[in-house]
Amino acid sequence: MGKKTKENKYDELFHKAGFAESFAKGDAATKLSAIIMGLGCAVRGQLARGFIFLTFQVLFILYMINSGSYWLSMLPSLGKVGPTKEYDAFFDTYVPTYNDNSFEILLYGILTVFLIVAFILTWALNIKMSYDAQVKKEQGKKINRFIDDVHSLVDEGFYKTLLSLPMLGITLFTFLPIVFMIFIAFTNYDGKHDGYITNLFTWVGLENFRTLFSMAGGKGSYFNVFLSILGWTVAWAFLATFSNYFLGILVAMMINKKGIRFKKLWRTILVLTIAIPQFISLLYVSKMFDKGGIVNGFLMNMGWINTPIDYWGNATYARILVVVINIWIGIPYLMLIATGILMNIPADLYEASRIDGANPIQQFRYITMPYMLFVTAPYLLTSFTGNMNNFNVIYLLSAGNPVNPNASAADGGVGYTDLLITWLYKIALGSESRYYMASVLGIVIFIIVSTITLLVYNRLGSNKNEGDMA
Amino acid sequence: MMSKDRKLGMKAKERIGNIFVYIMLIIMSIIWLTPFVCIVLQSFRVESTWQVGYVMPKEWGLDNYRALFDSDFTTWYMNTLIIAVVCAIVNPLMVLSMSYTLSRFRFKMRKPLMKFMLILGLFPGILAMIILYRLLKDMGLTQENAVPGLILVYCASSGMGYYIAKGFFDTISTSLDESARIDGANRMQVFFKIIMPLAKPIVIYTVLTAFMAPWGDFMFAKFVAFGTSKGMNVAVGLWSWLTKDQINSRYTMFCAGGVIVAIPVTLLFMFLQKYYVEGVTGGAVKG
Repeated sequence: MGKKTKENKYDELFHKAGFAESFAKGDAATKLSAIIMGLGCAVRGQLARGFIFLTFQVLFILYMINSGSYWLSMLPSLGKVGPTKEYDAFFDTYVPTYNDNSFEILLYGILTVFLIVAFILTWALNIKMSYDAQVKKEQGKKINRFIDDVHSLVDEGFYKTLLSLPMLGITLFTFLPIVFMIFIAFTNYDGKHDGYITNLFTWVGLENFRTLFSMAGGKGSYFNVFLSILGWTVAWAFLATFSNYFLGILVAMMINKKGIRFKKLWRTILVLTIAIPQFISLLYVSKMFDKGGIVNGFLMNMGWINTPIDYWGNATYARILVVVINIWIGIPYLMLIATGILMNIPADLYEASRIDGANPIQQFRYITMPYMLFVTAPYLLTSFTGNMNNFNVIYLLSAGNPVNPNASAADGGVGYTDLLITWLYKIALGSESRYYMASVLGIVIFIIVSTITLLVYNRLGSNKNEGDMA
Repeated sequence: MMSKDRKLGMKAKERIGNIFVYIMLIIMSIIWLTPFVCIVLQSFRVESTWQVGYVMPKEWGLDNYRALFDSDFTTWYMNTLIIAVVCAIVNPLMVLSMSYTLSRFRFKMRKPLMKFMLILGLFPGILAMIILYRLLKDMGLTQENAVPGLILVYCASSGMGYYIAKGFFDTISTSLDESARIDGANRMQVFFKIIMPLAKPIVIYTVLTAFMAPWGDFMFAKFVAFGTSKGMNVAVGLWSWLTKDQINSRYTMFCAGGVIVAIPVTLLFMFLQKYYVEGVTGGAVKG
């Protein structure tokens, strides 16, 4: 309760009047701030604040005149003059001249748009702050000096200090790249059109999406490959998530069973797969199942098989293997998680059910599982979507093999164990670097994952209120 | 009489059950340990550097380990170690400030911010890499100079992984903050003097995971090191030894390299296991 009122008070302090109200009720200085930013603050003694606003405005205008307008004007075309070659008779070679740079135009164009939005928001804030100071002065209240603002950064406004660096990083290194790549889906950016050295790239509208969803080309069409990979991706996510989940719980129950000794030893052995960097264990196990690997050697020595089995060359074997090896990797995590949760199940539940004549299987079915499912539902969801994008396990184990002969070889040889995410990677690194296709796929993956998340999350929300506890 | 019989029967049943569990656990342990035992054994094999169909070396020796130190492996190892140490320092700072803020402060943008990051997190991370690679390349931070580039990328967005730490902060009672505030401490002092000491388990957890992650990153590291051996981390480097044209002469060296990489990381993990388990279970339950 105490927190609620504090929150309201806080809101009142800082967000008293909206922009429209501030501007309408503002005095001359506040209204003039719309043209000269920071003026309203400055006249009321907040010189530093006014100065910062003004500086920002001046810098913004200078930037827009100098380069912002150029980037904006080029944004619709993504560059007009591509690289040209001129024959140099002396060296008997063609000397290239590079001109417009589509990549930079798109990047700085987006940045400029962001900057304009930021400017408009700051401009509105400038008027709101000016009005705030105006009202405070009229009422004879204390107006924050600059030093108060700075002090607030370690106190009430400490969150701004704490958030600034992480948010800057996320904006620059996650948000901006993702926005950029979404735009790439609507261009023809690839190895042959890298925007500068090879060729300019340009807007192509929805064409890439049409390519992905078109059946033209029969078996080799993008859509056909997409469907088969999507089907395997979903199947894989189901198998990987639930096999780990149930087996992990089972193992946890075995280790924690009354009367079982050396609990710590069993746990430590399993946890090795978490401790040892995954790429080592995955790569090694993948080679164990090579045609000339240890497994075949062992089976042949034992006389069980005569010719080596090509595990990674057969779609069915390869698919079964990645699921099984993923169990080997995944059970320990689930074992750790389930151990913690199993301890929390009230013992008297089991006691009571035992008196009522329930056998262990019934206990598992009616007490353990419902409790586990209830508590770990959100975890199951994230691990499902995580498995859909489980790049490492697939790429390091099978590298997507065996290769699907129908798929385009220019996209790096797509195989039967490829997930959408490894397909995307292969397309981007493939011989033609079809970044636009990678980007279209990325958007499609996002739509699939977020749809699943939303659907399940809403279901969960109805029986489990996860609101903020703190 | 009858009840005694039944009791005895139950006991016997329980014993059989336990024996069954022991058998299962022993089989599992064997399955879990086999690959690790094999990789260690093969790292000592001298007679052939190829992949062979048997496990026990016919001739034992340290040749593979010696060969490692004459190869690029030392560079990869140093690259990865530098990245891991820097990440272990910077990432926790990012994660903890993010999670503490979202757990303790109530400000207007809090909910939108959390939704924003949830949505961002649903995009496949690879997507961002294509442009990050090109940007790093323009800045000259790829190939030989991949290390600072990778550090930048790993650290910059680490704040996104705030969920587990936030769940931890949520469990620390706010009355602690409030009483400290009444005593005149400002928010920053509360954070550093009251909360941080209490948050030791989660600090260790974040440091540990931040340190371990770079050892396993493959996807982006491969992208950035493209074409040069100098800029690779251990994962990409050792992977390259298993490609078709190298595996025949490098297979046992891969095993030796794997052992060298795994030992310190594994020991560290085992040593701090308690904190890891706390973090993981807390995170799973909280969701």
